[in-house]
Amino acid sequence: MSRLNPGNVELARTIISRYPRPRSALIPLLHVAQEQEGWVSPEAMAHIAELVDLAPAEVLGTASFYGMFKREPVGRYVVSVCTNISCLLLGGEELLEHCERTLGIKPGATTSDGMFTLEDVECIAACTDAPCLQVNYRYFLRISHDEVDALVDDLRAGRRTDEVPPHGTLTRVRQDIRPERWVGRGAEGLPPEIR
Amino acid sequence: MAEQTEQAEKTTVTITVDGRQVEAQPGELVIAAAERHGVYIPRFCYHPRMRSVGMCRMCVVEIDSGRGPALQPACMLPVAEGMTVDTQSAKSKKVQDGVLEFLLINHPLDCPVCDKGGECPLQDQTLAFGPGESRFVEEKRHFAKPIAISELVYLDRERCILCDRCTRFANEVAGDPLISFIDRGNHTQINTFPDEPFASYFSGNTVQICPVGALLAKPYRFRARPWDLDQVESTCTSCSVGCRIALQSSSNRLVRKLGVDVDPVNWGWLCDKGRFDFEAINSDDRLGAPLVRQGEELAQASWAEALARATEALDRAGRRPGRESIAVLGGARLGNEDAYAWSKLARTVLGTDSVDAQLGDGLPAQAVLGLPRATIDAACGADTIVLLGPDLKEELPVLYLRLRDAVVNRGAKLVELSPVETGMTRYATASLRYRPGEAAQLVRSLLELRTGDDRGNGAADPRRQAAELLRADSVVCVLGRPSLAEAPEPVCEAAAALVDALPGISFLSALRRANVHGALDMGLAPGLLPGRVSLEKGRRWFSREWGSLPSEPGLDATGILEAAANGRVACLVLLGADPLADFPDRDLARRALAGAGSVIAVDSFLTDSARQADVVLAASSFGEKSGTTTNLEGRVSRLHQKVTAPGTARADWMIAAELAFRLGGDLGLDSLEAVWDEIERLAPSHQGITRERLSSPEGFDGIVVGDVPDASDHQAPPSMAQSDSPGISGVAGHVKVDTLASTGMGSEARPDPQSGDQPAGAPEALGQAATVTGPRGMGYTEGEEPGAGAEAEAVEATVEAEHGSGGGEDVFRPSGGGGDQGTTPQRPPLLSWAGPGTTRPPPPRDRYSLRLVSSRRLYDDGTLVHHSPSLAPLAAGAHLRVHPGDLQPLGVSSGTRVGITSSRGRAVLEAVTDPGVPQGTVFVAFNQPGSAASGLIDVGQPVTEVRLETTPQDGDPGSGG
Repeated sequence: MSRLNPGNVELARTIISRYPRPRSALIPLLHVAQEQEGWVSPEAMAHIAELVDLAPAEVLGTASFYGMFKREPVGRYVVSVCTNISCLLLGGEELLEHCERTLGIKPGATTSDGMFTLEDVECIAACTDAPCLQVNYRYFLRISHDEVDALVDDLRAGRRTDEVPPHGTLTRVRQDIRPERWVGRGAEGLPPEIR
Repeated sequence: MAEQTEQAEKTTVTITVDGRQVEAQPGELVIAAAERHGVYIPRFCYHPRMRSVGMCRMCVVEIDSGRGPALQPACMLPVAEGMTVDTQSAKSKKVQDGVLEFLLINHPLDCPVCDKGGECPLQDQTLAFGPGESRFVEEKRHFAKPIAISELVYLDRERCILCDRCTRFANEVAGDPLISFIDRGNHTQINTFPDEPFASYFSGNTVQICPVGALLAKPYRFRARPWDLDQVESTCTSCSVGCRIALQSSSNRLVRKLGVDVDPVNWGWLCDKGRFDFEAINSDDRLGAPLVRQGEELAQASWAEALARATEALDRAGRRPGRESIAVLGGARLGNEDAYAWSKLARTVLGTDSVDAQLGDGLPAQAVLGLPRATIDAACGADTIVLLGPDLKEELPVLYLRLRDAVVNRGAKLVELSPVETGMTRYATASLRYRPGEAAQLVRSLLELRTGDDRGNGAADPRRQAAELLRADSVVCVLGRPSLAEAPEPVCEAAAALVDALPGISFLSALRRANVHGALDMGLAPGLLPGRVSLEKGRRWFSREWGSLPSEPGLDATGILEAAANGRVACLVLLGADPLADFPDRDLARRALAGAGSVIAVDSFLTDSARQADVVLAASSFGEKSGTTTNLEGRVSRLHQKVTAPGTARADWMIAAELAFRLGGDLGLDSLEAVWDEIERLAPSHQGITRERLSSPEGFDGIVVGDVPDASDHQAPPSMAQSDSPGISGVAGHVKVDTLASTGMGSEARPDPQSGDQPAGAPEALGQAATVTGPRGMGYTEGEEPGAGAEAEAVEATVEAEHGSGGGEDVFRPSGGGGDQGTTPQRPPLLSWAGPGTTRPPPPRDRYSLRLVSSRRLYDDGTLVHHSPSLAPLAAGAHLRVHPGDLQPLGVSSGTRVGITSSRGRAVLEAVTDPGVPQGTVFVAFNQPGSAASGLIDVGQPVTEVRLETTPQDGDPGSGG
């Protein structure tokens, strides 16, 4: 069901070809899977395992190390509220509590309409603009409670989609790296027996 | 080289450990060097057979490498000249306290209900090195416990200390990375992928090496407490690799087998079949008394009655003319002494040479014994390993582990020649398929390519690659029977071609049956006598002691069964053989059992074949008798009795001696020791392998029979090069440290400075270890073992021999007294293989037929698996594996039941597409529950051709094979 689609399989093969060993492409491929479905399903992990010649357990081991790879379906918008020290001092906890009230869910949960998933996160590297949160990893800095409510309303109403992309697009895996910019020789640089 | 020696370069590294200067090997890890010199540094994750990871931090001690003392993990740091290690310093002690306090944050301390309690490194090392109390009062983390991660292994994640041993084993050693660290930080756990169990053939090893009770073996769980276990050193006889084991029992029942680390063989590992098939020994289905036929029924009888019936049948048959009036089939289940006694019984008292330990499922004995032999170490150390045999992962799993290690870690190159892909294929540099029956053609074509001038420019062509690899300096061929559905001749021809073309080549046999090599060495094959000599060349030597011998070579298994089917065998003895299950051609086996005048079965179970017998003599089994066994290298190692046999079951050699006596003969064999002494004295290849040597430290590894090149020329074992006597005698042995000795502490386990006492538990546990696992401790000890008298006897025999032979090479002393004085026979020469005789060419290819390939899976319907409740469900059942291109013409998809017809019979099986099966062939696993393979194979043909057809679907009950 949620294996990689044919276009993404092709993309996966391109990405794999950039590395000396297929397994090096594991994390980019997890991004591709998350981009496709919004989360990384067991089927997708099993498919990636086939593509990079690993056991599925190894793919799961890597995927589960990173909190930003979601292994369960999430809402269309993942709201990540920072509660680390700078934000904490400037109202991060209160911001999180406000989000809980606005969305009617606790961190880790998804709203019943499938629109929002709330999570509390450690530092997101915007301490100068605390308190802050991210929606699908796009920053909203020094955000007030009212602004949170407005943001939620806008997103529910389908506005500001230019600002906040669908969940899953974490990184630019669709890079067009022209041959003249290649560094190294990829698998060509390795002895044949370990290619 | 000589010049270097003269300079006497220092080849060791001097380090100081706890104030004592010691010599270490360059590259040796501090933890190993210290241990070798008697200083035990506590550890959980370090394992000498696996890569160090420095995961648990338990071995952190104060080490000064020249820049002042610093805390460093001893398992990650190689020794350096002048290094100072202080395992006793206040800092080292504080680290140990701290690490253990951390490791115990989440450990549930449910030791009273934990299998590991009492032999747990975490328990023991906490006692010896840990703090008395913890400052952590928080709730421990909780998981569902335990969860089954496979059919055989349970995982209790609460107990896990995340040492990475099981995951490293699965990945590095077994090559089955089916378990992994999942999640991160405090949430990290070991687990499988959802719905993908840890179905590795080697999963039991993770239970053995787990330093806590996180991994548990289903067959052992809650069966015993470690302090109730009693154990002996022995050898696993599940297959012919001959892994060394500790065999443990509680209340006279076998409860566990543990792998013992010996360098030349198993490195401490076991396969799951070997580890858990002791369940069969405990089975209620074991025969505890003889049975005799009364009409249609087999009824329990006394030994006197059963032996009388057997004697009568043999006596009657013996009076019939014809070389095949009595035939003895089987013997691979037997120990060497049993096989020798039966070999002697058959040749002397029964007067037949129609004996065969193989069941038409191996290779001609002359080839197995006569080809130049290689050890496992030699194979692993070769530049090129040629595989021409069955799927080693399925049939000889620990040999697979060794060869895999040679390829992955040491750069050996594998050339695989097989009819279908195998578990080794992914490790092969060149893996070539041949059509059944055409192995020799493939080998010859490679040898032609090899000598051809046309090198290079075909790097991608696996044939050229293979040919190139055959130019290597050292080549070892692992030779076995790739498929039971093709005759052995093509493989023999291929071997002959290799011998002709590659003068230095040697062969490692891949015959799988437990002691088949020992049985062949003891002469349980037509035309052979004990000690790898032919009947013809050994006749003079043996007849002096044995009396008259059969005048001409007898029949092999196929010949015996054919003769029986034609009514020419008056009495067929099945020596632990079940031809209905194990002979490739079940139709012939069935006709043979029906056509034999009478059938005597000597077995531990009432097998299908034994059910047809007139007399069934109950034999004791592995674990119930002592003796020796011989592995596929020809390595003799010892078996020890641990439990008593059920009822009145007897050792096979005793049954032979008893039958001889009743038939008016006398084998002259009255004890196990006497049998071995006679083997050592008479069997030319076994000369010098005395009982004293077998029970010495040398014998702990086993002693290789015959002139097999020393493997040390080829390789230095990797991690174990560090220690003098790896794994066994020292505290280095992970087996001992982890399990047998019930402790993680070395002999220098230090006193607890706080209490000033001996570390509690340590000395006692070590004492146990020393008596039980050390080569000396495991040696023959008074009372339990063959005994001091036997030793004295042996010494006497040697003295006698020296006097008697008057300086000659000969230890032979005719027992009958007198004989012809002038001509003392010379020891006969060992067999050398003359090459294959006449061979049948495979039939021309036929557009419509497919060639059948059949070999075994690890879990099949064999006697031991069938009677082991934990293993029996793992047999996958029979499927038809077929190339998608061959299924497509039938217009059916994978998963459909199709008909398969050969000249012998027909079956209906589920077809499974498998691109690893080349077009033109089909694969059916042999002897699976409900299997049809042996019903299809025709041993009269060089290959078995089959045709496929669609069958009525919708679960038509009439279509069952």
